[in-house]
Amino acid sequence: MSPALPREILICTIARLLDGVRHVAVGASSPIPAAGAMLLRALKESAGAAPVKISILGSVEHNFFTNGSAELFDCAGQGRIDAFFLGGGQIDGHGNVNLVGVGDYPRSSVRWPGSFGAAYLYFVVPRVILFREEHTPRVFVDKVDFISAPGTSEPGVYRTGGPKALLTSKGLFSFDKEKAGFRLESVHPGHDLAEIQEATGFGFDHDAKPSQTPTPSPEVLSLLRGRVLDELSETYPEFAAQMRQTLTEREPVAS
Amino acid sequence: MSDLRKMARLVESGMRVALPVDYAGVSMAMTRPLIERGAGNLDLVCVPTGGLQVDMLVGAGLVRSVETSAMSLGEAGGAPRFNQAIKDGAIVIRDATCPAIHAGLLAAQKGSPFVPMRGLIGTDVLKNRSDWKVIDNPFEETADPIVLIPAIKPDVAIFHVPLADRHGNVWIGRRRELAAMAYASAMTLVTAERIVDDSLLADETTAAGTLPALYVTQVAEAKHGARPYGLWGEYPADTQELLRYAREARTAEGFSAYMQTSAEAA
Repeated sequence: MSPALPREILICTIARLLDGVRHVAVGASSPIPAAGAMLLRALKESAGAAPVKISILGSVEHNFFTNGSAELFDCAGQGRIDAFFLGGGQIDGHGNVNLVGVGDYPRSSVRWPGSFGAAYLYFVVPRVILFREEHTPRVFVDKVDFISAPGTSEPGVYRTGGPKALLTSKGLFSFDKEKAGFRLESVHPGHDLAEIQEATGFGFDHDAKPSQTPTPSPEVLSLLRGRVLDELSETYPEFAAQMRQTLTEREPVAS
Repeated sequence: MSDLRKMARLVESGMRVALPVDYAGVSMAMTRPLIERGAGNLDLVCVPTGGLQVDMLVGAGLVRSVETSAMSLGEAGGAPRFNQAIKDGAIVIRDATCPAIHAGLLAAQKGSPFVPMRGLIGTDVLKNRSDWKVIDNPFEETADPIVLIPAIKPDVAIFHVPLADRHGNVWIGRRRELAAMAYASAMTLVTAERIVDDSLLADETTAAGTLPALYVTQVAEAKHGARPYGLWGEYPADTQELLRYAREARTAEGFSAYMQTSAEAA
């Protein structure tokens, strides 16, 4: 079996971050988080463990909701959703997320779609995974221009949820709620600490020599390349086809 | 005069108009009749996000404000006329978050002045909404701030469904946000792929997913009425067409040309 592709390492890392969840929700246009959730579901099933429920917004096959688009939020508000993913045009070192735009609000010089459900879900979903492949100083800024959702809240503010991890194309960070800051947990194969520091607009904790993000075993990879890609192609046909093609062309990660 | 044009005449300047999210049943068929009608100063409420239809109404100069949780053309990227209007300060933007829009409609549905909602505290979304209030939860002894979302009471809701009957009942299936919009709105205008003779309420299988005529002001038939958006259970979105719009509507001139040529094609 050919070695893991960078995106396969991301998918397997997401499956690891989701370990233990009963119900994970995935937003629209999020093929990598969806694949990670599907991989976890497949792994649990082969291990005979408790099943993992997945709600993929925009999917017919992988969506339980029958009460319109309010149901996801009602579910989350009751604690029925254990994990969710958030991206962000800007994410800062305190875990604040900006989905609205750059510059002086409301006349943003660059306007992104908007906050969607983030101003709520970030408060009530226990395990929010920040996922953004692009790892550059324009995304990971010192201070966001607009807070769609804050990383932490004042004492006394109802908050059962928040950021647990930040995953990018270069590395994996954990979030420390007490310090309101990130810690670099591991660096993906082919990248290093200096490169990550250069690409990150905020400071973060790290070991002198951070460990490398684990690469998946052949068993996990074969599950991912078989069943998971099949399931994924229902909702994300283009992404699944593209991954299959890359695998055929065999572009292994430098490790 | 076509049925769609007749329906569009019910929309008047200054009205608050509720429109659904791109996958729930957007009545694209009503967009041109609305633009021809020309009722302006509209306050749009996107339930809970907006896309092509909102962008076209903004491009046509009919919009005063947009309340929404997000605006985009999905895979086709940003909403060009909306983004330009934001940059120019030509429209008022009321940034929200999805469950706040649902909460506002729910309050209206119940005839309540507001609904309390978790989250939001510490966000710039809340900071920019002077119409939302924070109170201390009166049922808790210790301090527990919570946000109140006032009722959203649109003058009119407009959407598209697969099926309606001659009695004005419309089948919304599991797209319950369409019912929420209708409950909250003074008037509801619906376009449907098909209008059947038999009552949708006569059969238990369709009755549960039916919005009764009680909440529906008018229905008109519009084949492929959601296109280029898709309609659940009926047809997929035409992504190529959305991409074409996204390219052409980058400028005001391109937008006008697009509206002109696609009007001739229709």
